[in-house]
Amino acid sequence: MIWTAIIATSFIAFMLKYLGQAVPAAWLENARIQKFALYLPTALLAALVAVQTLGSEKNIVFDARSIGVLVAGVALFFKAPFPVVVILAALTSAGIHQL
Amino acid sequence: MSRAILRDSLSVALTVGVYGIAFGAAAVEADLSVLQACVLSLLAFTGASQFAVVGVLGAGGSALSAVTAASLLGIRNSFYGLRMAPILQVRGAKRIAAAQLTIDESTAVSVAQEDKGLSEMRLGFWATGIGVYIFWNLFTLLGALGATALGDPAAWGLDAAVPAAFLGLLWPRLISKSARIVALISIFLCTLLIPFAPAGVPVIACALIPFVFAFVGGRK
Repeated sequence: MIWTAIIATSFIAFMLKYLGQAVPAAWLENARIQKFALYLPTALLAALVAVQTLGSEKNIVFDARSIGVLVAGVALFFKAPFPVVVILAALTSAGIHQL
Repeated sequence: MSRAILRDSLSVALTVGVYGIAFGAAAVEADLSVLQACVLSLLAFTGASQFAVVGVLGAGGSALSAVTAASLLGIRNSFYGLRMAPILQVRGAKRIAAAQLTIDESTAVSVAQEDKGLSEMRLGFWATGIGVYIFWNLFTLLGALGATALGDPAAWGLDAAVPAAFLGLLWPRLISKSARIVALISIFLCTLLIPFAPAGVPVIACALIPFVFAFVGGRK
């Protein structure tokens, strides 16, 4: 199942990239389509943050991991670089697991 | 002038490449093998989509929802390709290579050279794309090997590292008020759906938010 997901994701990812290079520009130049494309990654990334921070199977939980992500948010607010943000989140969650 | 572009490209490539460590580790945390993590980085080569695949699979989602979430995130690369095609003007094998290297960073560095002319824009695209490709794959391998060596991922806080990485990818997109509203509605809707929908589906459902925003909302 994992291999299926990997191959399908890779194939579609490439086709999406190639599509942009190959189709006539007018196809994607519609203002509404542009707006959709602008906000789509924002919505999906926000949703992924939510699921990965608060979801545990079908339950909504607030655990060590959630506090780690909260710390990551604070770090981003103070303009910490990406590796620092990720490491702080991991250290926080690991630290709480150890308690 | 070309030197300055190469320097920009290299620093972007290194910085982004380091995200590869987080991806490699996240993949192992989601029960992918080191080989699977590396194949995904080599073939898919689009960070946010790759994180989405392992995120959804790791949460127990089906292959279908993992692929759907990743592919929705990959749609933006079509728009980058559209922007880059008239600049690169390549065909055949070169176009295939250009397509594979069309990501956030290569497009951003290229577009940033707009005032310097076409050849500099091309240089920015290729140098950044190839640089990120090398470092992203190298660091994916290192991250996956590292996480495998560490053993229990939760004990090392890797469970928090994955959503923190998503938050890091999301953050620079929150520059406008509209983007922040979209993100907030998305977090709210997605959380609300967690108890009711199979893993991965709440994320895909959130694609409706920008759809409504763009197609139902007022003309702007």
